[in-house]
Amino acid sequence: MKNIKMSAIVMLLLAVSFTNAQEKGKMNHNHDKMMNMKSEAILSDYFSLKDALVADDSKKAAEAGSKLAASLKAFDKSNYTAGEQKELTDIIEDATEHAEHIAKSEIGHQREHFKTLSKDITDMVAMTGTKNTLYEQFCPMYDKGSAWLSTKEEVRNPYYGSKMLKCGKVQKTIQ
Amino acid sequence: MKIVKIIAIILLVAFVGIQFVPVNRNQSEGVPKTDFMLVNDVPNDIKNKLQVSCYDCHSNNTKYPWYNKVQPVAWFLEEHIKEGKAELNFNEWDALSSRRKVSKLRSMIKQIESGEMPLGSYTFIHKDAKFSEEETQQLVEYIENLKDSL
Repeated sequence: MKNIKMSAIVMLLLAVSFTNAQEKGKMNHNHDKMMNMKSEAILSDYFSLKDALVADDSKKAAEAGSKLAASLKAFDKSNYTAGEQKELTDIIEDATEHAEHIAKSEIGHQREHFKTLSKDITDMVAMTGTKNTLYEQFCPMYDKGSAWLSTKEEVRNPYYGSKMLKCGKVQKTIQ
Repeated sequence: MKIVKIIAIILLVAFVGIQFVPVNRNQSEGVPKTDFMLVNDVPNDIKNKLQVSCYDCHSNNTKYPWYNKVQPVAWFLEEHIKEGKAELNFNEWDALSSRRKVSKLRSMIKQIESGEMPLGSYTFIHKDAKFSEEETQQLVEYIENLKDSL
């Protein structure tokens, strides 16, 4: 009787530690996925900002700007090397400032900030990578030439909107 | 008539009263090594212009004329200085990374070219802070060159 009790307890302990270990594994897995998702969240907010500027919609751009500022702040750098972390901190700090300004300015200003922001996001993607194919596009007319990122190959200009919707070309494909 | 008198007295007492509320003035000893003028080779006329037109709100040292020591003007001013320093502090220039410097220089050019800076409420009182067309051009050219050198 005692033996049965003992082995029951041992079995129980084993079962508990086993499920525990599994849980931990699952959590790690989730963690990895979360990190990727965080840079994807930044990109998705960046693209809604870009689309709002293409549509000349300052209000939507402002909303996307504050969402972007929040997702930039939530970015988790812990998976990167010390050198990369330093670079990413720098990029994110700069990008956050531009996103915050976009959240509170009129469309002309929003577009000015979008230019530097696009450079920051492009540099970030070069380090984090992304699951989608992106197109770096370039308009030679806006502020002595300005670039931006898009998920589609066809050009829709965020710096001029309806005024010059198709001005620009694809200068690089990012995979 | 009596009511007007009472209100006037209350306002006067309040006005005198707020003069005793302590404020943190934006003033500090010496210029830190990270200052824009110390780390960059800035021509004298541009140095002067920056000092007169920008440093009051964009550094750790404000020159306070007497009326800016009177409340509530001083409160209004402190808010502006706080905001100005958060955007750009010339005294702490060299603490910024190259990316941030380029970013700030680009914003400076835009703000100066569009006439948004110096603020209208500032140049209204500080007539000498205004940029002439020629000064604007000179300053923008200098900042462009500095930006391209980074």
